[in-house]
Amino acid sequence: MASYTVIHEKAEAFYDTFERKAELQGQTHYCPGCGHGIVSKLLAQAIDELGVQDRTVLINPVGCSVFGYYYFDVGNVQVAHGRAPAAATAVKRSRPESIVIAYQGDGDLAAIGTAEIIHAANRGEPITVIFVNNGIYGMTGGQMAPTTPLGKKTATSPLGRDALNEGYPLHVCEMLNSLEAPVYIERVSLGNSKQIMHAAKAIKRAVENQVKGLGFSFVEVLSPCPTIWKMQPVEAKRFVQDEMAAIFGVSNLRDRSKEAQPRPAAAAAPALEDLPRLLDLVNGSGVEGAAAHPPQELDMRIKVAGFGGQGVLMLGEVLAEAGLEAGYEVSWLPSYGPEMRSGTSNCHVRLAHHAIDSPLVSRPNVLLALNEPSLRKFLPVVEEGGIVLYNGSEIPEDCVRSDVRMVALPFTQLADEVGATKVGNIVMLGALLEATGMLEQDRVVAALKRLVHPRFFELDLAALARGRQEFRGSAADDYLWGV
Amino acid sequence: MQKQLTKGNEAIVKAAVLAGCRAYYGYPITPASEIAEAASLYLPRAGGVFVQAESEVAAINMLYGGAAAGVRCMSGSSGPGISLMQEGFSYLAGAELPCVIADIMRAGPGLGNIAPEQGDYNQVVKGGGHGNYRTLVVAPDSVQEMADLTTWAFDLADRYRNPVVVLADGFIGQMMEPVEFAARATVPAPPAWAVRGNAETRKNLVSSIYLEPDCQERHIRKLEEKYKQAERAEVRFESWRTDDAEIILVGYGIVGRILKAAVELARARGIAVGLLRPITLFPFPSQPIRDLAKHAKAFAVVELSTGQMVDDVRLALAGRTPVEFFSRVGGNAPSAEDVLAFLEHTFPDCLPRPVAGRQEELIHG
Amino acid sequence: MAVNGKPDRGLVEMNAEECKGCGLCVEACPPKVLHLAEALNHYGYHPAVYAGVGCTGCGICFFVCPEPGGIRVFRLDAVAAA
Repeated sequence: MASYTVIHEKAEAFYDTFERKAELQGQTHYCPGCGHGIVSKLLAQAIDELGVQDRTVLINPVGCSVFGYYYFDVGNVQVAHGRAPAAATAVKRSRPESIVIAYQGDGDLAAIGTAEIIHAANRGEPITVIFVNNGIYGMTGGQMAPTTPLGKKTATSPLGRDALNEGYPLHVCEMLNSLEAPVYIERVSLGNSKQIMHAAKAIKRAVENQVKGLGFSFVEVLSPCPTIWKMQPVEAKRFVQDEMAAIFGVSNLRDRSKEAQPRPAAAAAPALEDLPRLLDLVNGSGVEGAAAHPPQELDMRIKVAGFGGQGVLMLGEVLAEAGLEAGYEVSWLPSYGPEMRSGTSNCHVRLAHHAIDSPLVSRPNVLLALNEPSLRKFLPVVEEGGIVLYNGSEIPEDCVRSDVRMVALPFTQLADEVGATKVGNIVMLGALLEATGMLEQDRVVAALKRLVHPRFFELDLAALARGRQEFRGSAADDYLWGV
Repeated sequence: MQKQLTKGNEAIVKAAVLAGCRAYYGYPITPASEIAEAASLYLPRAGGVFVQAESEVAAINMLYGGAAAGVRCMSGSSGPGISLMQEGFSYLAGAELPCVIADIMRAGPGLGNIAPEQGDYNQVVKGGGHGNYRTLVVAPDSVQEMADLTTWAFDLADRYRNPVVVLADGFIGQMMEPVEFAARATVPAPPAWAVRGNAETRKNLVSSIYLEPDCQERHIRKLEEKYKQAERAEVRFESWRTDDAEIILVGYGIVGRILKAAVELARARGIAVGLLRPITLFPFPSQPIRDLAKHAKAFAVVELSTGQMVDDVRLALAGRTPVEFFSRVGGNAPSAEDVLAFLEHTFPDCLPRPVAGRQEELIHG
Repeated sequence: MAVNGKPDRGLVEMNAEECKGCGLCVEACPPKVLHLAEALNHYGYHPAVYAGVGCTGCGICFFVCPEPGGIRVFRLDAVAAA
């Protein structure tokens, strides 16, 4: 009696029964003669043969490919329309040992998800993408796809796809082939038995590349949709073989499987104890030896203003940093955005011995005006008894207020004399410290040390000293004060 | 750990890494870009993943993938980007995936400008995506809270298996304040339901599909119950000088800070004002607001929007107590003095009456 | 099965209850030993059936069949063939 051995049967990567519905548990949801069933079978075979069932994560998007999770006995993630490559990117990045396979249709991949597939490919994500191109929206009942052949009538191109109105069938493989990163790009077809056997090889290769740790691998499968095409299955298959293959071309566009280098494994994660250092939370980046209690009662509401490039924000930051070190509560709030590139710039700084309510300074008791428009803009809101430092030889006549202390010094010129225009802000800081005694010198020096580039540190110290000196020697101390 | 002067946007990232976040997917946008910038530096250092996505649409779907794989992950954006992410919020909530998204609000609609606003309240708190879901929303008012609430957001996200939004504005994102970060770093074990590409998790499925209406209804009811549980257990707010207050100011985020200054100004003028600052926007502190209504004469809501959160205050009070509203928009913020002027104008009866005779006394004195 | 005492090189097992009657296997089968049955299966399709003789075990029907478990293909064992 002759004995026989099974050589082809349902792949292990498929579930024994498909629990999509209470009945029909032996069947897929695909229509008779649908190419999806064949592609699924080829993919399951590849997973079996490569022995990666446990490691596989299938990304199921939207369209006829949505229900892969009922069939594939692998890890499954169902995702939004077109976004499979984005979700696949993240699964793979976080679980590099997993075998991530995005299985997408033409509406999903080539229309709504065009950006996602191109960028995943361009990043060279080491995933496998199976793209089933049947030139139609099957699940939703036959609307036009980006890959629908010209002239084809669909539910949304009732007169036939017209290049003038709907453009041309999208050639995804060719688009991806213009990118540097992909390792493997092939278009296969389900047009006849030979093509199907070749498709099996291509799909296996695309998965195998991932198993080897190589980069992005992509297989487009020209596939029949007999029901929506309104063809008999055999007729639809011939249409794929004769028409679809002619429109798109069946060929390998790229195979760098041999020369591609496996991606290096990610470095081991650092110990948790090391995280504070890695996050720059220790070792000099924070405020060491900060005073536990503020040395005096203080409520400085400071407005620093000037034009972009004058070091407005930096001046504020040094004040806040020094204040924190001195034991005060502090806040620093910048104007930001286009104002950073040009025009006016200002920031709000608060130093107080108590908790700070609003970090917005609407009634400053210190105004540091680095140019005239800033003086004009903010002088009116300075609190009575406040102090105003102005970057200029004298206060403009129409800007004089007798109820605030006003000091005019040419800080920019003084900075030039020190050695660099850009330290005008620090010269002004020196004058402010001298005028108010609000912060001890060593706190400010420590703040500068942390915040400025070492190259400018000495220059900044000189600028600070110059500011103090100029203020002391200046009659400006009592400029109009109390008049 | 020692205090460090830290920018709000940066505090989010450092706190996230300390809380075990090991993946960041995002797209740059002012005024949130420092989040992505800090993430691109610190996530790889911590052995995590940083990907600059091609769009916010891709970014939110990367979060979906990362969360599905059982990794704590986050993104950051601002209004226009959050709008693009709304589809993803719906899917994340539907598939019950935890993640954290920071929204550093700017002025809208449309491109608007990049200055601070609070116009994303409705799209974030009410849910701008489709279907019956909510996002949990926390609203920091300081850089310290940017850190603390981000830490909490990851715990909330895991506990409720739902996206959590840290809703701040350009001020909070851009400003620097001293921060004390969590002393201990943690990385929670991946959840049992995650799809990690191994034998242990092979049978797992992450999906938001429930084909049968009865199954879908069961799923929606389950989500609904989670949100009710959050309303019972997770409401947070700050009550500031409300004990004897006749007028309760309500504001969140940077507005809460301005209102604190306004409370001091108003009290100096003799007006009994207090502040209720919601820290969770969903769940909203409706009951605390109702409790305050027992003694307060009126509520005054201040927002950097034309009136979004005020609807929730009105819903909480159900018409029992008058609710007044004051706002600045377009990137402007009211000063504490502006708020005081608004209070004086709106509630003239609350101003202390001049004491008869004092004028005379002064003249003669 | 055997013809003239010589066993077929292959054997095919068609799962009539999973078959949707698309006929792709019938068309693809090189020795043309498959056909669609007159009778309907449980779901109302004319399932593909094997004539019982002539299978070469080439496996083409398996690959062209869209159903995961629709067809099993066997090959004659070497010992038996000898």
